[in-house]
Amino acid sequence: MTATPRADAIVVGAGIVGAACALALANDGWRVIVVDAEFPAAGTTSVGMGHLVAMDDSPEQLALTAYSLQLWNELAPQLDTRAEREPCGTLWVAEDGEQLAAVESKRFTYQSVGLDAELLDEQSLMEAEPNVRRGLAGALRVPGDSVVYPPGATLCMLDLARARGATVRERTRVREIGAHAVVCEHDTLRAEIVVNAAGPSAAMLTPGLPIVPRKGHLAITDRYHGFCRHQLVELGYLTSAHVMTNESVAFNLQPRQTGQVLIGSSRELVGWDATLNHDILRRMLARAVEFVPSLRDLSIIRCWTGFRPATPDKLPLIGRWPPVDGLYIAAGHEGLGITSSLGTARLLADEVAARASAIDRAPFSPSRVLDARASVGSHA
Amino acid sequence: MSVKLQPAEVVVVGGGPAGIAAAVCAAEARRGARVVLVDEGFAPGGQIWRTGPGLRPPRLARHWTERLAASGAWVQSQTSVVDVRRDGDGFRVLCETSGQALTVSCGRIVLATGARERFLPFPGWTLPNVMGIGGIQALLKAGTSFRGQRIIIAGSGPLMLPVAASLTSAGGRVLMVAEQTSAKRLALFTASLWRSPARLGQAALLRAKFFASSYETGTWVKSAIGDKAMRSVMITNGKRERILDCDVLCTGFGLVPNSELARLLGCAVDGRRVVVDDVQQTTAVGAYCAGEPTGIGGVERSLVEGEIAGRSAMGESVSMQVRSRRAALHRYAEGLTRAFELRDELRTLAGGDTVVCRCEDVRMRDIDPAWTSRQAKLYTRAGMGACQGRICGAALDCLMGWTPDSVRPPIEPARVATLLDEAKL
Amino acid sequence: MIDDTVELRVNGHLMRAAHGSSVASALIAAGITRFRSSTTGEPRAPVCGMGVCFECRVTIDGMPHQRACLVGVQSGMSVTTGEET
Repeated sequence: MTATPRADAIVVGAGIVGAACALALANDGWRVIVVDAEFPAAGTTSVGMGHLVAMDDSPEQLALTAYSLQLWNELAPQLDTRAEREPCGTLWVAEDGEQLAAVESKRFTYQSVGLDAELLDEQSLMEAEPNVRRGLAGALRVPGDSVVYPPGATLCMLDLARARGATVRERTRVREIGAHAVVCEHDTLRAEIVVNAAGPSAAMLTPGLPIVPRKGHLAITDRYHGFCRHQLVELGYLTSAHVMTNESVAFNLQPRQTGQVLIGSSRELVGWDATLNHDILRRMLARAVEFVPSLRDLSIIRCWTGFRPATPDKLPLIGRWPPVDGLYIAAGHEGLGITSSLGTARLLADEVAARASAIDRAPFSPSRVLDARASVGSHA
Repeated sequence: MSVKLQPAEVVVVGGGPAGIAAAVCAAEARRGARVVLVDEGFAPGGQIWRTGPGLRPPRLARHWTERLAASGAWVQSQTSVVDVRRDGDGFRVLCETSGQALTVSCGRIVLATGARERFLPFPGWTLPNVMGIGGIQALLKAGTSFRGQRIIIAGSGPLMLPVAASLTSAGGRVLMVAEQTSAKRLALFTASLWRSPARLGQAALLRAKFFASSYETGTWVKSAIGDKAMRSVMITNGKRERILDCDVLCTGFGLVPNSELARLLGCAVDGRRVVVDDVQQTTAVGAYCAGEPTGIGGVERSLVEGEIAGRSAMGESVSMQVRSRRAALHRYAEGLTRAFELRDELRTLAGGDTVVCRCEDVRMRDIDPAWTSRQAKLYTRAGMGACQGRICGAALDCLMGWTPDSVRPPIEPARVATLLDEAKL
Repeated sequence: MIDDTVELRVNGHLMRAAHGSSVASALIAAGITRFRSSTTGEPRAPVCGMGVCFECRVTIDGMPHQRACLVGVQSGMSVTTGEET
């Protein structure tokens, strides 16, 4: 018996989240059309770090990222060299005894959800990363984390989706998303379900989504193979990423397969102003040099900025958006879009299929935004 | 030690003919006003007037460099501009010299960043001993010996003849100069030279200067052959192919403006040419541009544009006489471009295996012509390497009709220390 | 007769080069054809001569990625070639 492909599903946004959703829905038998204003990975997907990381700023985030890492491992055999996956692991670096104590509890948290994590003292840290400065207290090593090249991974996912009947429409700007409909510049596409995976622009297409652009800076060096072996992140990253201050920097260093070193990170709320902020760039570089002094001698070949899609409660929006028939949201991942793309896609497909998910979907439900507003309204 | 120079009225970026003229004329226009010339080379001269051990520069070059020395302008050599930003009404320039940060602020800036060669990919073009036409000239002047070497020059443009002459004078054996332009087009160009007696004389002199060499039109390189290095070249005229053994192949298909700095400042460009008004000001107020970046056109055009830009940047007016000299030189330059237009066959020399982006080893077959330049960069890494698309970008613009992607700082590689130390200055 | 040359070390071997000449010219004089290796291991050497193509990158006095065509020879300099991509 041949299964009849179901009515169309339209995914708006061919970034990594949209690509993952397209693949998950196509796997469930949906005939998927992916629509993008430019081309796959043109937006936030092309400007970030590509760190696949288990993040424990909240139990929900940890559940989503840990689940996603598992899915990345399952997908790995199907990814080709474009994805440039490097199983380098992460070192969460502790500057002092107090942070080292926090790292102890972090290890326990990771292990409790089945993730390997190992405590390193100063000596072991320096053996693992010869270029870090003396005097750091130690680190938490998470070997299950890795690094990918997000545009490459996105193209792989879209190719897999195409093999299951999906199509991608590039250079198609979406003007409006309505009930079972996507209004483009020259035509309107209709479908049983529409997924808004438009990243930081998601709120422009679905008014009411609490997603704002959170600007970041990155700098990349020439090739220095072996300069660093793991993704290095300071514990203060958690504070920077997950507290909504106006601007902050946090040490984040990544070795790329090319031997280039990618230096981050910064966060600012300045609307859509993409111009390079040299003060912030310098602060970011200075913070990095505090941890890895020999970074001073490396040659930077380019700096750039990008926008993360940020939500007020730091969790993405995954699932039905009740005000619009047929509309699902898969957006608002802040700095975890690459990691969480696969978990997001699976949760979304589960909800569409009315299936139970491997983790609790409720914390990510877009309805929470409306419930929160309703409760505020009722107090007004 | 990082250095902060005294603020200047005018900073000139680039020490070729346009930059030298701009610095000289700015300094002479207002004696006592501070002018700084920033240049990457060991000494001013750019490419066309490059000096080197044992070299005597041409008379015109000596005239201008002597005026530069007398002008009072501060010459900051062996210094690369890394970033330029607006600072109030003026600009702040960040440079790197000998691995250290150097900054200077200025009221006005003149971009005289010159041009680079356009390389088009063909099988074997990345082998050692295949180099640019301007490239071999630069290496020759910087002290390289090509004595006794068998050299083939195959490309396009008026650069090839003076380079052949230099190589022959230095003891090189120029086996062939292959100009891709047809004899007919070339005849039209040389006929137009009657307007400029000086250039006619120059051309005659050049023909006399190189002997034991053949000059062929409508002829181009098809491939470079070799294993660890190039040892022979396949040449074609569209009808007959020949394989010639040689030690060096020089190739280059015209010049491309170095407009990166202008684009970083947000100046309007037409393709890669920087758009300027009647007084050489770009669309970025206070930023002027002179010479090859506004349109490829040779030394005399660069000099007159530099003169106008230098005077204008200092707030001085420019005479009608100078402006009409510029107009005449613009006409000559346009004739040049038309005469040496690239033939279609050059766009299909590369095979699927041929490397297009040298920095990242991206091959022709990896690139989809349906893409934009940004897509090619993101999907294949073409243009993401050290040269940031300077070489492959010019080639792909020609082959695919693409336009360049946006420019981000640093426009030259800069140490992390340089970017940090700027804050202390 | 004034000796206007400097002494430098190329891949461990001592050589002399004219004062004011570039490291690239000294390396060519030393018979080097592979200045660096491309990302897929191909041999590469100077092309543009003016610091634009980055194919002449070598390690000078321990600093990698130096464009040999832009750097003048200095007495006591140590240059290594062929290693970096």
